[in-house]
Amino acid sequence: MSNNTKLVQTPLDDKTIRNLRAGDTVSITGYIYTGRDAAHKRLFDLIEKGIELPFDVKNQIIYYVGPAPAKPGYACGSAGPTTSYRMDPYTPALLDHGLKGMIGKGLRSDSVIDSMKKNGAVYFAAIGGAAALIARSIKKSEIITYEDLGAEAIHRYYVEQFPAIVVIDSEGNDLYKTEPIKYSK
Amino acid sequence: MREIKIREIKDTVRELFLEANFDIGPHLMNRLMAAKEMETSETGKAVLQMIIDNNKIAASEEIAICQDTGLAVLFLEIGQEVCITGGEIREAINEGVKEAYEKGYLRKSVVDDPLFERKNTRTNTPAIIYTDIVPGDKIRVLVTPKGFGSENMSALGMLNVAAGRKGVIDFVVNTVIKAGPNPCPPTIIGVGIGGTADMAMVLAKKATIRDIGEPNHNEMYAELEREILDRINNSGIGPAGLGGNVTSLAVHINYYPTHIAGMPVAVNICCHASRHAEAVI
Repeated sequence: MSNNTKLVQTPLDDKTIRNLRAGDTVSITGYIYTGRDAAHKRLFDLIEKGIELPFDVKNQIIYYVGPAPAKPGYACGSAGPTTSYRMDPYTPALLDHGLKGMIGKGLRSDSVIDSMKKNGAVYFAAIGGAAALIARSIKKSEIITYEDLGAEAIHRYYVEQFPAIVVIDSEGNDLYKTEPIKYSK
Repeated sequence: MREIKIREIKDTVRELFLEANFDIGPHLMNRLMAAKEMETSETGKAVLQMIIDNNKIAASEEIAICQDTGLAVLFLEIGQEVCITGGEIREAINEGVKEAYEKGYLRKSVVDDPLFERKNTRTNTPAIIYTDIVPGDKIRVLVTPKGFGSENMSALGMLNVAAGRKGVIDFVVNTVIKAGPNPCPPTIIGVGIGGTADMAMVLAKKATIRDIGEPNHNEMYAELEREILDRINNSGIGPAGLGGNVTSLAVHINYYPTHIAGMPVAVNICCHASRHAEAVI
């Protein structure tokens, strides 16, 4: 995956997003935010009520992860992606608020893909189960809100060369649909 | 009667969950390396190499292979000549789980009420405990931390008897294809055939933790395992669902007698991080 890896810096800008194509391997550096089931529900409820979100999602990436606790001497415990479809009901609202990137694993719904096209956003896959390896690219971790949720709290990570693959680009091209066909017999 | 002290059970449970969460073991590592040689997709090969590297890091640094350190599932085979003293067995097992998840910096993923409050119990308990009474004076403890990315892709089919062998193949293969990239392929597919609806699923769960690639002792079922594995790997889903010819590493079937009117078929999918450990007390 090291050949032709594209370097991606956060926060994302429109030019970077337009240049990312389904199938690109990327290496992400900068701040990213974590959020999974319970945190997404809370963010969604705030949006529904018209209340300001606890952090500005504009141009940011949310990583769907609930990390293991950090061992002493580690910035972060094992931290691989969780399955993304569970966030689908809440995702279009976040994209409408300016969220530009998501890191997870697995299929997305048509309504998420439509919203990604409309808002110009990108979906990256990290390799599920490669959690100890991925954690090495997380250099700093701090909880920014919802501490009561434990592993589901929203963290802000500083990542360096976080390894991922563009699975669905801003035009809606979806690797999960295009690739398996090439290998099916 | 042979006396087994409750403390020994607790300590064994703790050590097994630590071992299972850190060290994937040589069987699965060898299977992953063989899979990398078989894989024709370059992306697929790269994904498998990342998984292999990941498992080496986890074992050498004693950190979790996957952040989803799972629900704590245990299968206990308790010899009927054993007398357990010094406390209550379920309490001791849960205490062992709690100690492992605390000591090993493992994620606590259990919520108390499944529907309403969903509050984290912060101990990764209660565990899911299955017990069997068997002859002898020992206790065999088999543990498997089960992640939910793959568990969520499980399926139960109360098939028509007339569906036969083909019906079983189609049901299992379709379940795996529908799951696509979600359960972290390459997966291990546990299949339970027969019994009741509930028992079929337990058979399937137990099948996921059989030594990888060890065929069913019954040649007809062993052949069925091979055929289903071929069909799954011809789907093209591949490692991480990004395309390739290694979608599953193994299909394991367990079966049991059933009712004249039925043929329950349960599919329990396990991700490539098929973690399990066992000990005999």
